[in-house]
Amino acid sequence: MSNERILDVKGLKTQFRIDKQKVAKAVDGIDFHINKGETLAIVGESGSGKSITALSIMQLIPSPPGKIVEGSIELDGVDLLGLSEKQMTATRGNDVAMIFQEPMTSLNPVFTIGTQVSEPLRKHKKLGKKEAKKQTIELLKLVGFPRAEDIFHEYPHQLSGGMRQRAMIAMALSCAPKLIIADEPTTALDVTIQAQILDLMLDMKKKTGSSILMITHDLGVVAETADRVAVMYAGQIVETSTVKELFVKPKHPYTVGLLNSMPKIDQDSERLESIPGMVPPAHNFPQGCRFAPRCKHAMDKCTEAVPDLIEDGLNHKVRCVLYDGSGKGVTHV
Amino acid sequence: MSKEIVEKDILFEIKNLKKYFPVKGGVLQRTVGHVKAVDDVSFTIYKGETLGIVGESGSGKSTLGRTILRLLDPTDGEIIYNNEDISGLRQGKLRPYRKDMQMVFQDPYASLNPRMSVGELIEEPMIVQNTLSKPDRKKMVVDLLEKVGLGPEARGKYPHEFSGGQRQRIGIARSLSTRPKFIIGDEPVSALDVSVQSQVLNLMEDLQDEFDLTYLFIAHDLSVVKHISDRVGVMYLGRLAEIAPKDSLYDKPLHPYTQALIAAVPSTDVLNVREKTPLKGDLPSPSNPPTGCAFHTRCPKAHDRCKVERPELTHMGEEHYVACHLYTEPEPVVKVE
Ligand SMILES: Nc1ncnc2c1ncn2[C@@H]1O[C@H](COP(=O)(O)OP(=O)(O)O)[C@@H](O)[C@H]1O
Ligand SMILES: Nc1ncnc2c1ncn2[C@@H]1O[C@H](COP(=O)(O)OP(=O)(O)O)[C@@H](O)[C@H]1O
Ligand code: SF4
Ligand SMILES: [Mg+2]
Ligand SMILES: [Mg+2]
Repeated sequence: MSNERILDVKGLKTQFRIDKQKVAKAVDGIDFHINKGETLAIVGESGSGKSITALSIMQLIPSPPGKIVEGSIELDGVDLLGLSEKQMTATRGNDVAMIFQEPMTSLNPVFTIGTQVSEPLRKHKKLGKKEAKKQTIELLKLVGFPRAEDIFHEYPHQLSGGMRQRAMIAMALSCAPKLIIADEPTTALDVTIQAQILDLMLDMKKKTGSSILMITHDLGVVAETADRVAVMYAGQIVETSTVKELFVKPKHPYTVGLLNSMPKIDQDSERLESIPGMVPPAHNFPQGCRFAPRCKHAMDKCTEAVPDLIEDGLNHKVRCVLYDGSGKGVTHV
Repeated sequence: MSKEIVEKDILFEIKNLKKYFPVKGGVLQRTVGHVKAVDDVSFTIYKGETLGIVGESGSGKSTLGRTILRLLDPTDGEIIYNNEDISGLRQGKLRPYRKDMQMVFQDPYASLNPRMSVGELIEEPMIVQNTLSKPDRKKMVVDLLEKVGLGPEARGKYPHEFSGGQRQRIGIARSLSTRPKFIIGDEPVSALDVSVQSQVLNLMEDLQDEFDLTYLFIAHDLSVVKHISDRVGVMYLGRLAEIAPKDSLYDKPLHPYTQALIAAVPSTDVLNVREKTPLKGDLPSPSNPPTGCAFHTRCPKAHDRCKVERPELTHMGEEHYVACHLYTEPEPVVKVE
C-alpha cells in the first residue's frame, strides 16, 4: 500500500429534487480518499448515503431527479466530473468497475455469462472474439469456476447467487481497473457463501493490488475486509479511522451506539444497547449535529451548528462536539 | 438471554415432522418429485424458553414454523401441544389453539393489510376470536400499543405511515392481541438496521417476561439467534443437524456444518483475527438433496458411511444432540466425553 491516492473525493454533494419544496440531501459534503492498494469501507445504516456516494463516483445518478451539485472526484489524478459522457463511458468498467448487491439486476438474463463477462474486454481493450473468450475463461477460473468453459455458455439464471457474484467479480476485474467499488456485494448471500466471496475478494486484491471501496451496513464485513473505514450518517461522514482503531477506540456516539447495539457471536451481553428513534429522512435533517435527537450525550451546543470533522488522534477524525478540544470525549465499554 | 428455567415443562413435542411440497413437471404438470422442506424433524419446546432455529436459506426454517402452527398441513409426524396431537386436527377444530399461537413475520408490511388502520389491525384477531366486548377490545388496543412503545395516536394511522421498525412493533402488538402463549418469529428483525434491530430484540425480551411467552425464533443471523435464545437448533436441507443449549452449541459445536456456519460469521474482534477456511461449494438443491448425510458434499470430514447412511440425532449429553456419523455407533470417529 502506498500513500499515493487513487481516489480523492472532496466536498461531494449529491441531491434529489422530490418536489417544489423538498430536496433530499442524499450525500451532503463528504471528503475521503483511497490510497493505492487500499480497501476503504463506507459503513452506515440504510439511507445514510452509501450507494449514492458510489453512484456519484460512477456518474450513474438518475438525473433528473438527482444531481451532483458540488465537489470533485479525482480518479488517479483525473477529475471525473470534468469528463464528457463519452469519456466517462470509456472510464466505467475500465478504470473503475462496480459490483452490486444483486448481480441479477446487473446481469442481462438473455445473454450468456461469457458474452457479458467478456464485454468490457471487447469494448475497452478492443479484443477480438477469440482472444476475449480465452481471457474470460482465464478470469472465470481465477474467480473459482472449475468448469469455466461450461459456465461461459450458461445463462445467469442457471447460476446460484454466489456463482453470479463470482461472475460479476470476474467482469469487474477484467480490465484491471484502478478501483473496484463493491456495494453490499454479499448482503444477499448466505453466510457460508458470503465467506467464500469475501475470501475471493481479498485473494484477488492480493493478486492484483487493486484498490477497493467496500460499501456495507455490516460492521463484521468492515472488520474482515478493510484497512480504513468511514462511518456515514445522514449524508455525512461522522467518523473515519483505521479499521483496528475504530473497533478498539470508537469515538463518535453513533459509532459507539452501533457497536453496542450489535449482537456479537464471540461476546455475550445480557441486554443490547439501543439507539432510540431512527435515521432522519434526507429531505429533513435536524439542525446542528444530525445525530443529536438520538444521542445520549447531546447538549445545547450540539444543535447550534453542524460539528466539523475534527482530527482526534493519528488518522482518526470525528464529527462531534465532544472532541472539539473543549470536552473529554465519550468513554465506552 | 439465559434465564434459568427451573422446571422444564414441555409446551410442544415435535415428532418426526415432515412437510413435502410436490414438484410439478412436464406439459401435464404431473408431480415429478418432492421438495422435502422439512424431513423427519423431532424436538421439544419448553415452556417459557426461546428456542432459536438457524440455517441458510432454503433449509426449511419457515416451513417448519408454519407447519407447527398448522398454517401448512404436515405430510407426516406429530405436533403435540400441551399433550394433545394437533397435527391432524381439521381447521375448524384448531380455533381454540389459534389464539394461543401467533406468528411475527420478517416483513410486517407484507403481512399487514395496507387498507386497515393500525387500530383495526390490532383489533381484528380479537374480533375473530370473539371473546371480548367491543369496549374491552378498544381498551386492549391502546394497552398493546403502549406495551410495544407506540402511543394511542397510532390507532388512526395506516401501516405505510410507519418506518420498518415501527411496523414490526405493530406486527408484534397484533400478535399479542389474542393473549398467546407461544409466538413464532420468522426472521422478525432481519430487515431492520442494527440500531432498530436491537430495539425490537429488547422489546421481544421484555414482552416475553411480562406475558410468560414461549418463543420459536427463526433467523439466518447466528449472532442474533445466539443473543436471544436459550437453546438453538441448526437446520440443513430440511433436517436438524444439531440442537443444544446455546452456550454449548456456540462454544462446542459438534456438527461440521455448525462449526463452519459459526466460523463464517464475520467477526468484529480485530484483536484476535481467526484464520478461516470457508466452506466449499453451494447449497445443494432441496428438491434433490444428497444421499446419506445431506451435508456430505461440502463436509471436510465426510467419510464413506456419510454418502450412504443418513445420520440420526444422537444424544451427546446435557440436551446436546447432533446428527453426524463422527459421533454415531458402530464406529464413532470422534469420542466426546
Ligand atoms: N432516486 C431518488 N430519489 C429521491 N431520493 C433518493 C433517491 N435515491 C436515493 N435517495 C435518498 O438518498 C438517501 C441516501 O440513499 P442511499 O445512498 O441509497 O442510502 P444507503 O445506500 O446508505 O442505504 C436516502 O435518504 C434516499 O431516500
Ligand atoms: N409453498 C411451497 N411450495 C413449494 N416449495 C416450497 C414452498 N414453500 C417452501 N418451499 C421450498 O421448501 C424449501 C424450504 O423453504 P423455506 O422453509 O422457506 O426455507 P427457509 O425459511 O429456511 O429459507 C425451499 O426449497 C423452498 O423452495
Ligand atoms: S455532537 Fe452531540 S449530539 Fe452529536 S454525537 Fe456528539 S454528543 Fe452526540
Ligand atoms: Mg445502498
Ligand atoms: Mg424463511
